[in-house]
Amino acid sequence: MDPMEPFKATFFQECEEQMAELEAGLLALESGEGDGETINAVFRAVHSVKGGAGAFGFDSLVKFAHVFETALDAMRSGALEVEPEAVKIMLRASDVLADHVLEAKGQGQVDCARAQAMAEELAGLTSGGGEPLEEPGDGSVEGEDSFGFTPLMVDLDEAPAARAPQADVEEPGGWRLSFAPTEAMYAKGNDALLLLRELERLGAHDISLESSALPEFDFLNPEASYCKWSARLPGDVPEADIRDVFDFVGDDCPLALIHENELIKGAAPPSLVADLGLAPALASALDDPFATTPAPPPAAPVDVAALLSAARAEAPQPAPKARPAVKDAPAGEELHAGKEAGKAAAVAATIRVDLDRVDRLIDLVGELVINQAMLAQRVSEANLARSSTVAIGLDELEQLTREIQDSVMAIRAQPVKSVFQRMPRLVREIASATRKEVRLVTEGENTEVDKTVIERLSDPITHMLRNAIDHGLESPEERVAAGKPAEGVVRLAALHRSGRIVIEVSDDGRGINRPRVRDIAVSKGLIAADASLTDEEVDNLIFLPGFSTAQTISDISGRGVGMDVVKRSIQALGGRISISSQPGKGSTFTMSLPLTLAVLDGMVVTAAEHTLVAPLTAIVETLRPKPNDVRRLGPRGAVLAVRGAHVPLIDVGVALGWRPNPVDPAAGVTLLVESEVGGRAALVVDAIQGQRQVVIKSLEANYQRVEAIAAATILGDGRVALILDVDAVIDSRFLEKLESQPLAQAS
Amino acid sequence: MDAVDNSHDQFELISFKIEDQEFCLDIMAVREIRGWTHATPLPHSPPYVRGVINLRGAVLPIIDLKARLGLGAAETNPRSVIIVVHVGGRLIGLLVDAVSEILATTKETIQPTPNVSCETVNKFVRGIIALEGRMISWIGLDYILPEQQAAEAA
Repeated sequence: MDPMEPFKATFFQECEEQMAELEAGLLALESGEGDGETINAVFRAVHSVKGGAGAFGFDSLVKFAHVFETALDAMRSGALEVEPEAVKIMLRASDVLADHVLEAKGQGQVDCARAQAMAEELAGLTSGGGEPLEEPGDGSVEGEDSFGFTPLMVDLDEAPAARAPQADVEEPGGWRLSFAPTEAMYAKGNDALLLLRELERLGAHDISLESSALPEFDFLNPEASYCKWSARLPGDVPEADIRDVFDFVGDDCPLALIHENELIKGAAPPSLVADLGLAPALASALDDPFATTPAPPPAAPVDVAALLSAARAEAPQPAPKARPAVKDAPAGEELHAGKEAGKAAAVAATIRVDLDRVDRLIDLVGELVINQAMLAQRVSEANLARSSTVAIGLDELEQLTREIQDSVMAIRAQPVKSVFQRMPRLVREIASATRKEVRLVTEGENTEVDKTVIERLSDPITHMLRNAIDHGLESPEERVAAGKPAEGVVRLAALHRSGRIVIEVSDDGRGINRPRVRDIAVSKGLIAADASLTDEEVDNLIFLPGFSTAQTISDISGRGVGMDVVKRSIQALGGRISISSQPGKGSTFTMSLPLTLAVLDGMVVTAAEHTLVAPLTAIVETLRPKPNDVRRLGPRGAVLAVRGAHVPLIDVGVALGWRPNPVDPAAGVTLLVESEVGGRAALVVDAIQGQRQVVIKSLEANYQRVEAIAAATILGDGRVALILDVDAVIDSRFLEKLESQPLAQAS
Repeated sequence: MDAVDNSHDQFELISFKIEDQEFCLDIMAVREIRGWTHATPLPHSPPYVRGVINLRGAVLPIIDLKARLGLGAAETNPRSVIIVVHVGGRLIGLLVDAVSEILATTKETIQPTPNVSCETVNKFVRGIIALEGRMISWIGLDYILPEQQAAEAA
């Protein structure tokens, strides 16, 4: 295997994050919410991608990122105005950049013509503002991206000089520090790079290298330490924090730290300066509060003084071409440093964990829960007093187990952002393919849901968005004629509602054309011509298999994949989908899904002496019917009158083949259930044992799908209980089959 | 025995009796042998599927081997055992009355299954082992699950 592979994998992971950041930033700019920091964030994202790509030699990616970066830099410096047209171009450029990343990853190919056109368009943006910049991949600013993929790299040539002009105009009262690592420090495995990184986290800038002590290569002792660094920090950083950075290295890395305010007063303690072995250089630097780097002896690579004066001359007006490597707009510096520090803290608190490990943990916790329940049952069977130490200990164990379970589930919970972020691009592409003007509004991106659910959300959302734009929204002309703004709005929202996640896709388009939907359903034989349907029922016809309203099968939605497929995939997740529509005003698709696929809230019931679990989400209510509410219908059928409505009665024991004849419904309990399609039925069971959360175990893992059974679980007594597939049980086709078949004999 | 132990064709079988017939399984497919516990019956399943049990958190289907071989449903008693086997990525429990012994044999001693014009025999008996005047049928497990999964389980 390629030894670089793991690093590449990390790079692509980082890329994904950077791309998301990029897109989010551009969208903020587009909507006018962005500020200087947003532009900086966007720039950093592209820059990090470029830096990483350069390290791995993804040339075409680097090239494009470079052009993109150039345009962004112009925007950052103010040479290019932040106006909607430019941002739109950049949004499209971010799509192309994403394509390049995918290509580098080996997934797909970049449309070269498109990339070329995009690059030219980007270059066109800046052609007025500045000349094309130096070769891509230069390391001049790499050092600033310790938060991105690019490793911190202190550039020997340009960085200090390029940054120097900036800081000295803006920040009079900061910290100056310089440190000179000794050989001992390196010998102990410490690294100056880590110190620099820590410092940067505190907001260090103008980090400069004092390499004058570096001998000619021939005389270089590779184990010796020749380099010294100096840096500046904002004045409000507590001294203790700075000293903490050097805590680890102690005496192995002498540190000089001076506050400029004291310095100006001439209060620099001489001893401190003397400590360092670089006394003359530092002292001279300290004399001049504006010179950040010690005046270098002849061997130094850059003539700082000359550059300084040159830069100072330019400083008043923004000069994009001179500052490709400059970090931030002056005004944003301090704010920016603070933000970076906050971000760094967040990064430090995160670890990447192999998903398999998390899943294994979840499995084990599932087992723990079952075991704990079994133990509790054994103890209660032993008739111990409630106050016995065993019982009390067991209660505590139960509490702990529950907490562990919740915490473990929380590990898998992730914001839906990762899915939502992919949508703006999709919307842009569909909009341009259908020649419609669309604005996507997303809400609730931080709503958390289990990772497995997230992964499977993408397809249904994609399909619903396509549908909303292709079928829901009118063309701009039609919209204007209808007195609406030419630009249609598609809203994608996520929210938590009663233990489920709800995803809504709504548009402000024409709404569902009910008469047409009805006609089509009749012509396709889906409903009887004289069926009387409510508006809601008509709307829901579009979920029927084989239904497609598009007059011509378009490239966007259509292709035979209809809403029925969306519906099925959502049902497979234990979810449901519905639509509400107002003619002329638009439609809203609402899907609700369980937050996790690992546990389920269930009602434990007994049917024909077997213990079963019915998913709580399907149960509308439980009731004990009065004898005269039960009416016979046909030779075997019966219905239950519930507040005037009549719903079919289904004996669960019979439906599962566990007894030949239904029990008297009035003797048992009925669960009024609702299927995903909205069909209702009353399930007759013998008794209700209680309500509890159960861990879902697949039957397919070791066996196969079983009709009318969704999955299995393990109860407190250690036995397997089956989870009822309510939809299947009340599905009329299943019932008909049952009628026509002799009942299977089960033990 | 010692002389053949080094042979590469040597393999071990676990044998059990169903009524007066002797059967055996390749020991490499066997994960463990455990006592009988109540199985939760599965609806709409063939009679030889006894149901599912909890094997340390996994849901394990139990196949009544006697019924599967067409010899009538097994009576369970506390001495009944479940042989947990590994078949095509699945773990399956086989219900048998008792395990008799572990046999060591070589591939050469296996004779082709005589044609007795019985689909069940053709499906499950891979060969016949003659040992000390006994006849032991070597069972293959590829088709042990109900039909719809046969191809997948193989």
